[in-house]
Amino acid sequence: MEEQEYIPVVQLCKLYELEITFFDEIQEVGLIEVTTYNEQLCISQERLSDFDRLIRIHRDLHINLEGIDVVFNLLKKVDRLNNELTAVKNKLRLYEEN
Amino acid sequence: MDFIDYYKILGVDKNASESDIKKAYRKLARKYHPDVNPDDKEAERKFKEVNEANEVLSDPEKRKKYDKYGKDWKHADQFEQAGQQRQYRQSSSEGGGPSGFGGAGGFSEEDFSDFFSSMFGGAAGTGQSSRRSMQFKGQDYNAELQLNLEDAYQTHKRTLTVNGKNIRLTIAAGVENGQTIKIKGHGGEGINGGPKGDLYITFLIANDSTFKRDGNDLYTTVDLDLYKAILGGEIVVDTFDGKVKLKVQPETPNNTKVRLKGKGFPVYKKEGQFGDLYITYSIKNPINLSAKEKELFEELAKLRS
Repeated sequence: MEEQEYIPVVQLCKLYELEITFFDEIQEVGLIEVTTYNEQLCISQERLSDFDRLIRIHRDLHINLEGIDVVFNLLKKVDRLNNELTAVKNKLRLYEEN
Repeated sequence: MDFIDYYKILGVDKNASESDIKKAYRKLARKYHPDVNPDDKEAERKFKEVNEANEVLSDPEKRKKYDKYGKDWKHADQFEQAGQQRQYRQSSSEGGGPSGFGGAGGFSEEDFSDFFSSMFGGAAGTGQSSRRSMQFKGQDYNAELQLNLEDAYQTHKRTLTVNGKNIRLTIAAGVENGQTIKIKGHGGEGINGGPKGDLYITFLIANDSTFKRDGNDLYTTVDLDLYKAILGGEIVVDTFDGKVKLKVQPETPNNTKVRLKGKGFPVYKKEGQFGDLYITYSIKNPINLSAKEKELFEELAKLRS
């Protein structure tokens, strides 16, 4: 893994005006993995958009972290169902074209 | 530009208390927030409406102005001029207004209706800029790209124009109808130096070919004359990458299905891998028989009876 693939938690705390303990809570709920890189707590760049979304949902909608975990899981399910729906629609086209 | 009934949008009556408005707003925001309704344009539109309604109704000054001039918004300018001095004094103390939505690409000038801008002077007059000191990812853009089946068969480059910018895109062979891909960093500009949003492209694949597609497999029907079906022989059929010669077995029944391995559609992002092509034989009986042909068929029929 390259260094630029990790974002130090301290940097995120500053950017999002968060307490460092917020990341302990995130870890505890299992929302986003926090890893140690170069002796610094970091999150992966790949998860940054999830983190950004997490913060927005938390702040905008006043949903606690457990609730966000439920939201994320349901969104994943919706995404999977949407993909299935697309595949089924494409299959249906086979018969409709007849 | 039409009048917008903010009370109706929030589902509250005109005498609603601040707490009623806050409650209604939060409930609707949870329902329509773009982060919990990804790729849902209708939810995004409603979310903007709800936000705008809250922006007005949760602010006593704006609510007062709206209640007084709302339906007669064209005369609001006069009100504006008369109250300009008063508003100027207020703007310096506006920082702690209702909680704003900086997320999902931020709430910018363009997110407000013309009606709102006409009455309140756009986002700049909302005090949002002072609340939005954080960095936010830019708005995600959604676009649709029409391809035909032939286009989707081969990896190729396309130039798309999204919001006035040209984006050179490589479309991998085997892309599915309805499939959405994400182009990172090609969305709206970030806010306060935040990262750019992403561009989501959904492919709409039209099929005007003689092939039907099911995932990576292709299906087609080929006409076969009666004599070849009975006696066997060779035919040439079209596939997506050219013609192939096929051996027809003697006494081939109608609707026989033949599989041509690897002659189907390319597997998305798996170079060199292809689905199969299924050919169904449709046997065509001869028509307009001559007297001689009819006689011979009768002879054949007698042999079978």
